[in-house]
Amino acid sequence: MKKTVYLGATAIALSAFAGAAQAADVGACLITKTDTNPFFVKMKEGATAKAKEMGIQLSTFAGKIDGDVETQIAAVESCIAAGAKGILITPSDSRALAPAVTQARENGLLVIALDTPFEPPETADATFATDNFLAGELIGQWAAAKMGDTSGAKIAMLDLNASEISVDYLRNNGFLQGFGVDIKDPKDIGDEDDPRIVGNDVTNGNEEGGRTAMENLLQKDPGVNVVYTINEPAAAGAYEALKAVGLENQALIVSVDGGCPGVQNVKDGVIGATSMQFPLLMASKGIEAIAAFAADGTKPANTEGLDFFNTGVELVTDEPVEGIPSITSEEALKRCWG
Amino acid sequence: MTQSAPKGQSFEHDLEKSDKRVASFEAHSKGGLHRLQHILHGNPTLVPVIVLLVSVAVFGLIAGGKFFSAFNLTLIMQQVSIIGILAAAQSLIILTAGIDLSVAAIMVLMSVIAGNLAVYSGWPAPIALLVAFVGGTVAGLMNGLLVTKVKLPPFITTLGTWSIFYALNLWLSGAQSIRSQDIDANAPLLKFFGEALSFGGARITYGSILMIAIFGVLWYMLNHTAWGRHVYAVGDDKEAAELAGIRTDRTLLSVYMLAGFVCSIAAWASIGRVGSISPQSFYEGNLQSITAVVVGGISLFGGRGSILGALFGALIVGVFQSGLRLSNVDVLWQVFAIGWLIIIAVAIDQWIRKVSA
Repeated sequence: MKKTVYLGATAIALSAFAGAAQAADVGACLITKTDTNPFFVKMKEGATAKAKEMGIQLSTFAGKIDGDVETQIAAVESCIAAGAKGILITPSDSRALAPAVTQARENGLLVIALDTPFEPPETADATFATDNFLAGELIGQWAAAKMGDTSGAKIAMLDLNASEISVDYLRNNGFLQGFGVDIKDPKDIGDEDDPRIVGNDVTNGNEEGGRTAMENLLQKDPGVNVVYTINEPAAAGAYEALKAVGLENQALIVSVDGGCPGVQNVKDGVIGATSMQFPLLMASKGIEAIAAFAADGTKPANTEGLDFFNTGVELVTDEPVEGIPSITSEEALKRCWG
Repeated sequence: MTQSAPKGQSFEHDLEKSDKRVASFEAHSKGGLHRLQHILHGNPTLVPVIVLLVSVAVFGLIAGGKFFSAFNLTLIMQQVSIIGILAAAQSLIILTAGIDLSVAAIMVLMSVIAGNLAVYSGWPAPIALLVAFVGGTVAGLMNGLLVTKVKLPPFITTLGTWSIFYALNLWLSGAQSIRSQDIDANAPLLKFFGEALSFGGARITYGSILMIAIFGVLWYMLNHTAWGRHVYAVGDDKEAAELAGIRTDRTLLSVYMLAGFVCSIAAWASIGRVGSISPQSFYEGNLQSITAVVVGGISLFGGRGSILGALFGALIVGVFQSGLRLSNVDVLWQVFAIGWLIIIAVAIDQWIRKVSA
């Protein structure tokens, strides 16, 4: 995968060189948070296939780890220098990348945020994303319906990290709202005073963090019976922590993502329900938008009532509840990413 | 010479008043603080032990019974076990005045290799683990050769190999975790160190016991074998060690190989600890292991400190995190506190070092 980036960078350099001669060529950039997370790998697949189909010159870049803002800024600058028509970017930091993106737009590029919205969302021309709040809300509603009487709920919240980026608070607060908790400030994690919440801890979105965070919250209250997790690896870690102390049947674990190992974990009963998102669609729609912009200057419109274009979310569970549409893990395995 | 000189020559009279002792050590009677400095200089593990006991006592008072429960104290052991084992490997390198940024990357890479072979390729688990142990040792050998033969500084060498091992890990794993259920079905032996002895509220995992055993063995090797004395000598003054007849390059190579081997044991233990094989975990494990070593009072300048200090250092960090969390302190203030812990630990080390000056 590193190789592809290297080739991408070479392609950029070459297209910059050729740019003066062939101004008609449409160049586009895809900048992801990392090139290792299967979610972004799928996104790259979608973008690459669409770009090939439409005859667009695509260059891809990625940060080294989630949160690697410097590499992303450098990538934006390279795209401007290369004379690309548009940039698709999953910002590692919803605010820190704003100046670089503004500079790109001032240079006439179309900038579309994929997956993670900027703050404010108007920083980019458009956002193609999963409705992360809705993704959270669906699993919150499912968990509440599954429990029936939620007055005895003891909720553990396993979040991403200390920076509280948008995807983190959107999923977190969406879940709580769906479950029926007063979320106070919708942009803040952990400001709720509902006594049913045992606590919040961070997982860095991986198994090791998920396990440690779950152990910590069990320390606060061993009676935890609802576990929200930021993504499926964190959910797998949380399950291990519960299993180690024999409490795996006491708690409902819910998550967001729709990666194949996560969906498999729904099938195996590790995760109760997860909200599936569609990275491939985000990227292919993004490439179409850049092509349209290059042709006649039209910019993509938002989904009605939202400040972004919603690429859809589906609830995956093998224990469906009344009134919340969902698909089974069997169906989901055909559409999962990674 | 008309006059006899029974009292010696007159110009020597002044010498009578001077100090006639041939050689002596300075008396250590310059006050309590000075004496303390000397005691600490003689017993480098004393500081971390005191800090550990004090922090356990303080957090016990603040966070109350939940902190002091047998369950929580054994949980802290469990949570620090992986970083603890990495810190043991890191101590070996730091005692030779080096540093190893690649410890966690070697560990994760070896866990992915063992997992791929045992879970996906259907190799018997013991063979897969053996391959990982050899792999870890070879990774250490690579670091060692770059340091001794190519003469690169350890920091640069391991900065490079950190990236190399991390990239290999992502390539081999496709950045995808191997699920716990798949390990259980195909190679449960990989999760051996996640099993635990339970009595009362305590839950001691085999991983925690392994960590203590590794420290015990390495402590013995460092303090009771010729090899151990060579490691300290090389770390203290490489040229002097060479002049004294120690084959310094061989000693260094053996240290890097041993550290790589210990990392591969950590790989096995980490599968038990995490439950799954996660290529994205422990990205900052190298820095956490250095933190444990430094907080444990091992000098970054080499040749001074006991490896047991790193064990106490890892436990201190674990106690701080657990105590702060149970006192409902936000994550970012936990990070803040660990930062101060590092700075204070190194400042104390510098102060103790001044005694010999």
